[in-house]
Amino acid sequence: MQFKTVLALMLAVTLVTAACSGDDGGGDGDAASCDPLPTKTEGVLTAATGEPVFPPWMGVGDDNFDVPESQTGFESALVYEIAAELGLSADQVQWVRTGFDEAIAPGEKDYDFNIQQYSITAERDEVVDFSDGYYGVEQAIIGSTDSPAASAGSIDELKGLRLGAAIGSTSLDYIDSVIEPDSDAQVYDDNAGAKAAFDAGQVDGIVFDLPTAYYITAVEITDASIIGVLPRVGDEPEQLGMLFEDGSPLVPCINEALATLRSNGTIEALEDEWLNQAGGVPTLSS
Amino acid sequence: MSLTGPPRPERETNGKRPRRRLFAARAGLLQEEGTKAAVIAVVSTIVFFGAAAALVATSPNWPAVRDQFFNPDNFRASAPDVVKGFWLNLKLFFWAMLVIPVVALAVAVMRSLRGPAFFPLRLLAVLFVDVFRGIPLILLILLLGFGVPALDISGVPRGVTFWGLTALTLSYSAYTAEIYRSGIDAVPESQRSSARALGLTQWQSLRFAILPQAVRNVVPALMNTVVSLQKDVALISILGIRDAVREAQIYTSRTFNYTSYVVATLLFLAISIPLTRFVDWYTARDRALRSQSQV
Repeated sequence: MQFKTVLALMLAVTLVTAACSGDDGGGDGDAASCDPLPTKTEGVLTAATGEPVFPPWMGVGDDNFDVPESQTGFESALVYEIAAELGLSADQVQWVRTGFDEAIAPGEKDYDFNIQQYSITAERDEVVDFSDGYYGVEQAIIGSTDSPAASAGSIDELKGLRLGAAIGSTSLDYIDSVIEPDSDAQVYDDNAGAKAAFDAGQVDGIVFDLPTAYYITAVEITDASIIGVLPRVGDEPEQLGMLFEDGSPLVPCINEALATLRSNGTIEALEDEWLNQAGGVPTLSS
Repeated sequence: MSLTGPPRPERETNGKRPRRRLFAARAGLLQEEGTKAAVIAVVSTIVFFGAAAALVATSPNWPAVRDQFFNPDNFRASAPDVVKGFWLNLKLFFWAMLVIPVVALAVAVMRSLRGPAFFPLRLLAVLFVDVFRGIPLILLILLLGFGVPALDISGVPRGVTFWGLTALTLSYSAYTAEIYRSGIDAVPESQRSSARALGLTQWQSLRFAILPQAVRNVVPALMNTVVSLQKDVALISILGIRDAVREAQIYTSRTFNYTSYVVATLLFLAISIPLTRFVDWYTARDRALRSQSQV
């Protein structure tokens, strides 16, 4: 139970950080410092992401898998919207790929920011800088339709199941600290590993973020379904943010662009286009 | 620490002699100037490591690296989970160590059998080694760990630990079988002929004449494989098993702090360094015993 308290605290701090990170974002928060834009390469916005990247976040559609340049998928589309907001054309956006560890290692990076569903937490914020949150993410559990997981209505009923999640995801944190299953959760390199284990019958349920869960059950593991959305730990959903090296002068500029995109409805439109699916999914009771 | 060990009769061919003499001469030089050499060794060690440490400590990003890799708080926080994972590594290592030598020896013996009647066995052994030594271990783990259970054959276990260990065993058995075979091949043909001449059957000559010499020949190479295996056990984590490396990764991804990797590194070293020292000691003792018996 101590874990829950810690997690709740972490979340609370995160939200406060996210709420006021306009002035804690490393630079001066001075609009003037965004002209010229303090990017690594002048006139080019260099965005980093994972390898591979997964839909629905980036590269949606058969021809676009693992192609962030395609401007399909929520995060890819968002980056191009931000670039436009900063006065850059699509040609001025360049992509590089990083592993998870590489992205969080200390030292100067050769890209401006990294975007691959990083959750903003206070612990992480000590080492790197985050942008304001660009999406409030919920966790969901998927299971095969005839598995014991399918009938679960509450968190307690999930304890006896064999659960899995991808490393680096807060889905794993959620399993470890909130569900606390009887046997340790299996941990995979990425979503692909988790799916392979599911196909091999080695786990009963996998915890993903909700948009990924929608996508996987609709397109990739069609004999699985979303059993339920997992109850939130705090009042607000966890925020995803872009990752910057500590003290990056670009943070306030990106935050300003994000604020504009949020107030003019662009972000909401992108969510509707790429992440939200029709049809209600029940939320499990905690 | 002497380079040459006890003096041996010069039995090598002429081509090798000058090299051996050179080593002997150098070792002599060090022994004569023992004190001076020791002082120089100590001073140069201090200078070398001091310079290396200074270079690291004065590098511009050292404070950040120190906090992210060698943070005492994170060390304490991550140690319990990583140690728990390492216990799993040790258990897997133990099981692999029980099975691999047996499978490998069986394959090596199959491959060394003479006579046309044993052709299918030889073929099987060659195929086994070719296939399992030829597939990268990580691929083999993925194929068996995720692939075989997905076939959904009734009665076939699905557990990731089982299939991970199987993959590890197959790959390492293939390598180890080749080590055994090189040992068997290195036993002079005359030993086999003599055993057969004494009336031993093929099996008996293998069991009592060839294998004891063969295995003894390859002990250092086998022990080398053991050290390697102890580390490669960690590859099974790709199947979702939470071993020391995976627990360290989980901690790092949660906190963006790498100290947990240092914890895992220390644990692996705590096993592999004593193991390596033991191998060195065993090899040296074996060599000493042999050179005595050869006189």
